[in-house]
Amino acid sequence: MAGGKDHLPFFSNEFENHFGNLNMSNELLTMRHISKSFPGVVALNNVDFTLRSGEIHALMGENGAGKSTLIKVLTGVEELEEGEIRVSWLDHPLINHSPQEAQLNGISTVYQEVNLCPNLSVAENIFIGREPKKRGMIDWKAMNDNSRKILRSLNLSQVDVTKSLEHYSIAIQQMVAIARAIDIESKILIFDEPTSSLEEQETEKLFQIMNQLKEKGVGIIFITHFLEQVYEVSDRITVLRNGELVGESLTKDLPRVQLVAKMLGKEFNDLAAIKKETKEKVNHTKGVPLIDARNLGHRGTIKPFSLQMYPGEVVGLAGLLGSGRSELARTIYGADKPDSGELFVNTKKVKINAPIDAMKERMGYLPEDRKEEGIINDLSVKENIFIALQARQGMLKPLSNKEQTQLAEKYIKLLNIKVANIDSPVKQLSGGNQQKVILARWLSTQPDFLILDEPTRGIDVGTKTEIQKLVLNLAEEGMAIMFISSEIDEMIRTVSRMIVLRDREKVGELSEEEMTQDHIMAAIAGGERDEEDA
Amino acid sequence: MKKTLKKITGFQLFLPIVALILVLLFNMIKTPDFFKITVLNGTLYGFMIDIINRASELAILAIGMTLVVASSAGTDISVGAVSAVTAAIICFSLGPDQQNYQMPYLVGILLGLLGGVLCGMWNGLLVAKMRIQPMVATLILFTAGRGISQLICSGQIIHVEKESYRILGSFIPKVPLPTPVFVAAALALVTWLVLKKTALGMYIQAVGINRRAGRLIGINSQLIIFMTYVYCGLCSGIAGAIMSSRIAACDANNIGLNIELDAILAVALGGNSLGGGKFSLLGSIIGAITIQALTTSLYAMHVTADQLPIYKAIVVVIIVTLQSAEFRKWISSLQGKRPVKAKAAS
Amino acid sequence: MINRIKEKIDEKTYLLIITILMFIAMYGAGMIIFADKGFAKPQMFLNLFVNNAGLIVTAVGMTMVMITGGIDISVGSVIGLTCMMLAYMMEFMNVPAFLAILIVLVFGILFGSVQGFLIAYLKEQPFIVTLAGMFFCRGLTAVISSDMINISNATFLKIAQAKIYFPFLATVNKKGKVITPFIYPSVVIALIVLVVIYLVLKYTKFGRAIYAVGGNQQSALLMGLNVRSTKMKTYVLNGFLASLGGVLFALNTCAGFVEQGRGFEMEAIASAVIGGTLLTGGVGNVIGSLFGVLIKGTIESFITTQGTLSSWWTRIVISLLLAFFIVLQSIFASIKSKNR
Repeated sequence: MAGGKDHLPFFSNEFENHFGNLNMSNELLTMRHISKSFPGVVALNNVDFTLRSGEIHALMGENGAGKSTLIKVLTGVEELEEGEIRVSWLDHPLINHSPQEAQLNGISTVYQEVNLCPNLSVAENIFIGREPKKRGMIDWKAMNDNSRKILRSLNLSQVDVTKSLEHYSIAIQQMVAIARAIDIESKILIFDEPTSSLEEQETEKLFQIMNQLKEKGVGIIFITHFLEQVYEVSDRITVLRNGELVGESLTKDLPRVQLVAKMLGKEFNDLAAIKKETKEKVNHTKGVPLIDARNLGHRGTIKPFSLQMYPGEVVGLAGLLGSGRSELARTIYGADKPDSGELFVNTKKVKINAPIDAMKERMGYLPEDRKEEGIINDLSVKENIFIALQARQGMLKPLSNKEQTQLAEKYIKLLNIKVANIDSPVKQLSGGNQQKVILARWLSTQPDFLILDEPTRGIDVGTKTEIQKLVLNLAEEGMAIMFISSEIDEMIRTVSRMIVLRDREKVGELSEEEMTQDHIMAAIAGGERDEEDA
Repeated sequence: MKKTLKKITGFQLFLPIVALILVLLFNMIKTPDFFKITVLNGTLYGFMIDIINRASELAILAIGMTLVVASSAGTDISVGAVSAVTAAIICFSLGPDQQNYQMPYLVGILLGLLGGVLCGMWNGLLVAKMRIQPMVATLILFTAGRGISQLICSGQIIHVEKESYRILGSFIPKVPLPTPVFVAAALALVTWLVLKKTALGMYIQAVGINRRAGRLIGINSQLIIFMTYVYCGLCSGIAGAIMSSRIAACDANNIGLNIELDAILAVALGGNSLGGGKFSLLGSIIGAITIQALTTSLYAMHVTADQLPIYKAIVVVIIVTLQSAEFRKWISSLQGKRPVKAKAAS
Repeated sequence: MINRIKEKIDEKTYLLIITILMFIAMYGAGMIIFADKGFAKPQMFLNLFVNNAGLIVTAVGMTMVMITGGIDISVGSVIGLTCMMLAYMMEFMNVPAFLAILIVLVFGILFGSVQGFLIAYLKEQPFIVTLAGMFFCRGLTAVISSDMINISNATFLKIAQAKIYFPFLATVNKKGKVITPFIYPSVVIALIVLVVIYLVLKYTKFGRAIYAVGGNQQSALLMGLNVRSTKMKTYVLNGFLASLGGVLFALNTCAGFVEQGRGFEMEAIASAVIGGTLLTGGVGNVIGSLFGVLIKGTIESFITTQGTLSSWWTRIVISLLLAFFIVLQSIFASIKSKNR
């Protein structure tokens, strides 16, 4: 790729001549009949995707939708199994075997965690591997000068290209990554969750650049879960769900609520109101709240929020992936130490600096990612169950062997966990049973407040129902439960109150009567329907 | 049949036991008298006794090292130097006089052990609190330790002439087995009891296996890691006391020289993953005995002490290669299984 | 004003400046305190290079390895083995001097290749692999000979004793005799190595790739760099430099014996760290390492000139400095991550 020849300032006429062959409204990239599976799961099933030159195309989908797999197949991180990829500048189908090859073929990715080298200078990060040379040695002056030119065209002249990258904020680092991609003449740029670590002005700046790129004919694939941003900057939206293509539309033709409906796989019917079966409605929200969070927030993951939880109630957190549900729960539990606001437990102010403090206040937290944060895979089933109770009691008061076994067996029976031997490593259990073990772990501490983050993910239907029933029983016995799930139906069946989040902010609360599917989706979507929310 | 085979090879103590058996078999073939034990004046003698005797300080170090590896996936390379520091403190405190120690025997020993503990605390602070890589952090005492012991000994080799000093390193009168064996056994027992009876063993493993999960269930991983390094320092101290008693002196340059590789090797041979997590003290102890047996058999083949390291180096490389994920990938691709494509980030 | 200076200076330059100032301060102090014992004479300064030529070469190689984020603790043993091989070949096998030197350099390359393969391609931990390498070489040295072998090869001795004079620095001593300071060819070789590696690190793709790999291996891979090949080449080059260091060492001592070079790797690492190389990788430069060597040399000179302190004091002071710099580095690192 480019290196050694005269560098063309990106936004110049010569650049357009370079791209001469590109017909501005033509298809840049077509992916057809893409299928891909991994052991036990079909990640993509006959998916089509089209990217036109000069457009910003948002690729959206919830967990397991397949959007990251689609991109990985395009960029060579995963092997292409079935289907065909074509780009307008090559005559033959394209198969990339590695990200490096993808770059050589004109497709670059700007990742959420900027994949550059923090110890190298800005100029070097743009040019590494393709440094301009003079008489066999690297020409630093040319490298620095060219970098300045490129950055100037991105309105970043204040950046000192000789300083090491780590000096600069993530936003600037992203720009440098973009500059690199531009300089190697990428025709397709994939932005993978680029705004997750950016402040508002930085996001605006990024969008300015994306628009500049768009005007020059570059095709941009924009992966994000921020609804507002999709509507602000994208031209088209493609929605995937469960590995299949739901549809592609022009952004201006797709109302927000419809988008949310497509992502969640629901039908949105203006007229129909799917009411929950009326059953005896008990108002729990009276008396003293068990948990009272006031303006609790954690910078970078969840904006300050206030909410109360009462004993005996099950409260749901609804929102799209990335809206901040887990982050809200983590902030209350101390998994992410809050940097604003206060927390009261039974009207007593408490300071939660770490999970152990929350545990002492009789809270429990079943994490979303059971593999990374839940099971301790080489320890036995028995140990995985009693370890939380042990940790709360302290190292010096060990549970006797008898107590350990009794505790484990009690909850194994209660939750119907299928395990042959409680001393065998927990990694040998099926996913569903592992989830139950973590549930058993927290139940054995008899918490007053339990947070369940996606407790039924990856679990068979039978077990799902068991867990939902269990949640209702526990609430009846007085436990306060926060229930987070991507499946709205499940939450409607189980919770008596719904808190709605969007783009890392709590945007509303729905009482039991208001908790219809449509209301919930409208609340998640926001936009024109905002006024209708309670 | 394949399943039983897999079960046997997956058994935690498979590697150390097989290794030990191999070495013992080898010895049996080379030296017919290998397993012979004779009784002389009420004490036992024989190759096997010799091996267990000399393996004692290595076993003690391996116990400390096992915990450090398990909790922090790192190695403490200062153990040899710390044992030298301890030896120096003890010899300096007790003094060279033939009739009387300068201070009570126990006080001298305790001062030495305290030195070991302090070194362990220094290491623990750097690794647990300041998050410095274990190898880097322990590098400091590795370089400084012998210098410190030289300082304490004023550059000389201090001899402790009082006869009873040797007891720790040789025999208690009327007891058939050498004292170091009892010390090692006692330490192993105490360690095992503490780990089992206080949930600490489980915590160490949890922290080593999944630090994030451990934090979410309220385990103070910093404290746990700190404690393992302190304990390793204590073990180095005990080993130093024994080694110094064997020669009734403190030779700062040579005490515990190169013993850190042996300790790491013992832990690895014991079937423990150098990446942390589940551990087996028994495995490390067996590993220590195996190494000593290997050393003894090599000596019997007239390999000198200087040349010994070559063989150890080869064994280390073989074990680490077998444990390496890349190597395993290559092997399974040779066997015709579908190769797992190496993934890049994101 | 302070802020403007702060802006201009990177944290890496901070460390380098601290090192250089430290050297000037130490050497200056020495010149004042020990003026009567000849510390202020030019030869004293040149001796820093004469006595440490081998260390300079080794430290340069170590710097490269550490920039990639790795470490090589076998270099001391490689030096010992090199000296022993040279001595044995020239004394007992009558190998001509230059051929013997060539053979050991090839050995260094081969040895570096094996270590490099295990580390770069099998992805084994550098510490464990090079620890095994250290033991291997140490043992091999003893296999060759457990007694000291003195080198008497004429060519070799001629090279070893050839003096290069600096007439313009000549002084006249109390007895009226003209004393002209000198260095040996080993110093020239060491400085050439220093310059060459400096140029490689700064002006070649390979050199920049070393920094990239050390800075963020994943990113380097994604940016199209061949990480494995870069690491492999680094260890091969380091093996060569270690054996070259051994040759320079042999020119200094004209002997081979089992304990030679023991602990040398620590001096190389300490010099690199004191010179500003980060143990975590990605940062380092050979100029700093040169000053690290000079500092160590100065401390040694202090102690020898002082006369009463034992030589192991050098070890202690170096360890203290090493500890100081390691802690300093980690403080800088935590400040950086807090500011982000």
